Amino acid sequence: MAQTTVKPIKQPAATASWKTWLGVTPFLIFAVLFLFLPSLRLFTASFTNPEGKFTLDNVTQLVSEPFIVNAYKLSIQISAVTALGGGILGFLMAYSVTVGGLPKSLRSALITFSGVASNFAGVPLAFAFVATLGRQGFITHILRDYLGLNIYETGFNLYSFAGLSLVYMYFQFPLMVLIMAPALDGLKREWREAAENLGANTTQYWLKVALPVLLPSILGAMILLFGNAFGAYATAYALTGGRIGIVTIQIGAQIRGDVLYNPGLGYAMAIGMVVVMAISLAGYSWLQARTERWLK
Amino acid sequence: MNFFSRLRRFPFWSWVWFIIGALYFILPLFATFEFSLTWDPEIPLKAYQRAFEDNDFWETFGYSNMLALATIIASVILIVPTAYWIRLRLPEARRIVEFITLMPFVVPAIILVFGMIRIYSSPIDVPFTEIQLMQPLTNFKTGTNILIVAGYMVLAMPYMYRSVDTGMRTVDIRTLTEAAQSLGANWFVIITRIILPNIRSALLSGALLTFAIVVGEVTLATFLGVNAFGPYLFLLGQHRAYEPAALSFISFLLTWAAMGLLQLVSGGQGQAAGAH
Repeated sequence: MAQTTVKPIKQPAATASWKTWLGVTPFLIFAVLFLFLPSLRLFTASFTNPEGKFTLDNVTQLVSEPFIVNAYKLSIQISAVTALGGGILGFLMAYSVTVGGLPKSLRSALITFSGVASNFAGVPLAFAFVATLGRQGFITHILRDYLGLNIYETGFNLYSFAGLSLVYMYFQFPLMVLIMAPALDGLKREWREAAENLGANTTQYWLKVALPVLLPSILGAMILLFGNAFGAYATAYALTGGRIGIVTIQIGAQIRGDVLYNPGLGYAMAIGMVVVMAISLAGYSWLQARTERWLK
Repeated sequence: MNFFSRLRRFPFWSWVWFIIGALYFILPLFATFEFSLTWDPEIPLKAYQRAFEDNDFWETFGYSNMLALATIIASVILIVPTAYWIRLRLPEARRIVEFITLMPFVVPAIILVFGMIRIYSSPIDVPFTEIQLMQPLTNFKTGTNILIVAGYMVLAMPYMYRSVDTGMRTVDIRTLTEAAQSLGANWFVIITRIILPNIRSALLSGALLTFAIVVGEVTLATFLGVNAFGPYLFLLGQHRAYEPAALSFISFLLTWAAMGLLQLVSGGQGQAAGAH
């Protein structure tokens, strides 16, 4: 009787010898020394009080202390708002230069500029927005002189939630452009032709074909934007001088200890941040895997 | 094509979105530039003169450039052989190494720097003995420099690794290696004379991104107490009005020049965000 069962093909050389692994040890050692050990050390340090004794206080304060809970809330809100706002604007811009029918030259200009702007953060960015939307800012003046609109009387304040969100968006939406442009390029012309042959109009094509295909990568990119804003420190610090209570600034205040000084609490908050970031990154890679099925 | 059908094909909404975004890009830049000129109507470039006259500016800026250079060189030495080895011999390490290179996205700079200070502000001992290998790294200048360069290497890792790996995808590593080996080349020669020249545009893109990340970096430099350009600009901003605007504008132009160069060389591959 003939053998009918097909044996699974064994992967050749499934186990590399330990000598082969030596090739990546310098990298692994570096990662342990300057990435894992420091993070791990913060983890253990978050269980010590200022006197160096073991305590669970810091961790319980994470969920009980109102100013900490509010700091996380504020950080999450600001990251979510700028991820959504930056994501939408970035997507629309990426759309307009890829499949939106704008001249090719605008595309490369936009991509270059996005590369710059997504790296343009920290102190210079804060100054740029003070010059633009501060009390004596360029746009503040234009609105007041030509439209009679004093934005500071309507309740706008650059050093508040709304202001900080506008500033963060400056590096958020270019990042979205950089991520979405290749994904939009991946939309196949045949899909559109097929949809049109079946009688679909533009709206139907976008709602029924393009958006469902793009959705995982849009959401994934927005998660990346979320993490991007969540970890930001320098921009907010330079803009508000540490007066806005987002998590990164609170951590800095706890550990540097100008007024507040409880490093253990700062470390615990830091670990809380890592947890939030890890969750968002896990979401990102999951969505990434789903997108790759379509856009290869 | 008559006028109306051409009008129908005019991508109106695309232009709207593009112009909104372009204004968002340009207005803050323009406002910064305009503000930097208003110090003295007689001498429009006074802010720039004053900024450049300051010795601290040249010192911190030069220092940050040195740090960037050191970071780039050290990253290349660490990452190129690793990425090469993984492609050639150890594909099963790919997932774990890629995961590690993504870690800096999860661990923000502020966490990294406090962790490093915690660890390296105490003397380094041989485990389980009283023998002291080295005094605390944070106590002397070279030690601090090592720490900050290592920190910058971590921050730049996602971009550097991705650039290098993408670069290696486009050349046939295996054939090149076999050819070199049959001509008697050793590993060092293969990497420096064969691999590096073949991925130079990828290396350049990684290097420029690293440069953009390092030169204006504030968090690590502040908490490690290093006299870099980022903290200098921050301090200047608290005491002065016009010089920081001038320097902000200049630093944007510098980043732009770097990115423009990158675009020119690599055709737009391998860009992503820096540390904020």
